[in-house]
Amino acid sequence: MKYIEDIGSYFLMLKKVFSSPTKTSVLKDLILKEIDDLIIGSIPIVAFISFFVGGVVAIQTALNIDNPLIPAYLVGFATRQSIILEFAPTFISIIMAGKVGSFITSSIGSMRVTEQIDALEVMGINSLNYLVFPKIIALLLYPFVIAIAMFLGIFGGWVAGVYGGFSSSDAFIQGLQQDFIPFHIVYAFLKTIVFALILATVPSWQGYYMKGGALEVGKASTNSFVWTSVLIILANYIITQLLLS
Amino acid sequence: MIKVDGIKKSFGEEEILKGISTTFDKGKTNLIIGQSGSGKTVFLKCLIGLLEPNDGLIYFEDKILQEMNDEDHRNLREDIGMLFQGGALFDSMTIEENVMFPLRMFTNQNKSEMLERVNEVLKRVNLENVNKKFPSEISGGMQKRVSIARAIVNKPKYLFCDEPNSGLDPKTAIVIDNLIQEITHEYDITTVVVTHDMNSVMEIGEKIVFLKNGLLVWQGSNDEIFKTDNDDVTSFVYSSNLFKKIRDIQMKEG
Repeated sequence: MKYIEDIGSYFLMLKKVFSSPTKTSVLKDLILKEIDDLIIGSIPIVAFISFFVGGVVAIQTALNIDNPLIPAYLVGFATRQSIILEFAPTFISIIMAGKVGSFITSSIGSMRVTEQIDALEVMGINSLNYLVFPKIIALLLYPFVIAIAMFLGIFGGWVAGVYGGFSSSDAFIQGLQQDFIPFHIVYAFLKTIVFALILATVPSWQGYYMKGGALEVGKASTNSFVWTSVLIILANYIITQLLLS
Repeated sequence: MIKVDGIKKSFGEEEILKGISTTFDKGKTNLIIGQSGSGKTVFLKCLIGLLEPNDGLIYFEDKILQEMNDEDHRNLREDIGMLFQGGALFDSMTIEENVMFPLRMFTNQNKSEMLERVNEVLKRVNLENVNKKFPSEISGGMQKRVSIARAIVNKPKYLFCDEPNSGLDPKTAIVIDNLIQEITHEYDITTVVVTHDMNSVMEIGEKIVFLKNGLLVWQGSNDEIFKTDNDDVTSFVYSSNLFKKIRDIQMKEG
């Protein structure tokens, strides 16, 4: 019963997020701030993880193929497929659920605890529009982060494969181009947009409707990570089933 | 002027407010007092529209809060200033941005006009050279003063204060109380203060409403509160040793 109530409250929140908009000049500043916090601030960690995981994928693939019948370009091919289809969109989103999701929940939760949300409401400001709408708009740029993750993941694979002596540059690049299906990029970015909406709204819901004090802010952040991750994994399965099977 | 007529509020089976009727006068500091759990904060939240009463009416001048349309609600909100218990300043904004916030949201003033007004109200609450600081960089008393500045920057008709003295030393508490009263008279606004601090009652209680278990059991001025024979009020007023001693001395002196 509690879950049904929570789902209802989540969708009612979404409805309120898009009603009674905040003054445009203020909203513009809020969106720019959220882009800085949520998108620009995430690029360094995403770049670091993508580069090294791309390298590990290339090394693992190379180490696990010792059959001479398997073509040398497989290292590049497997790296491309892993990074574009799953690692960049899905696993970076799980990492972002920890980084961005916890940040959103704790910042909104702290505002709830310290009556800052009440202050907005007393002033006649739609606090959900003021707090959540700019995050949704900012996270529409999330595919840009994932594009960086894709590029750096594949680049990391190339560096590790070529300079680690696991593959030649030509074979790796041939693998990248082998049987390339452009729809895979569309699929990856479509699910990225769905994940972005989950990343913006689920942690916001957790923070906005939390009750209690500082300890509960911590608990809400943990719940936010768990539920955002679960929903991303479920959405990933459903989208993959719908678009690729 | 705010008139309250038979306000009731329940949470589930628990009835918090059991039909409160009173009037808060313009140009006066009106205090709502009572023990913890008496329903003071719930009453205040009903007045400012953060909670919807189950029954009863709230009049802001001649308009009924519960019957207002969206535009009336918006207009009313712009006329309300609120001082929260913890200040409720926005952590991510500087003091200047905090005070400027209502002006940015509700007026079309340019930056220099807004800045002029911000400096004017900060000076009014005796704060200078703090514009670029963040709330975490100033003391609790200063935060309260910034919160008062933010509440009055848009020239409200109504000022609500929730426990304005909580967490402050007695000297700073008196400064805040006096500031609230001075602003009330200067701007001729209707001020409602929720408190359980007897010093505030003494300092600024021009009208006092005493709540007990969700009921209004007494109302009057700060002169009358020390003369009443209402047992609930006297046990609240003389719960502190200081006031007991003052009463004993007064009785000895006849």
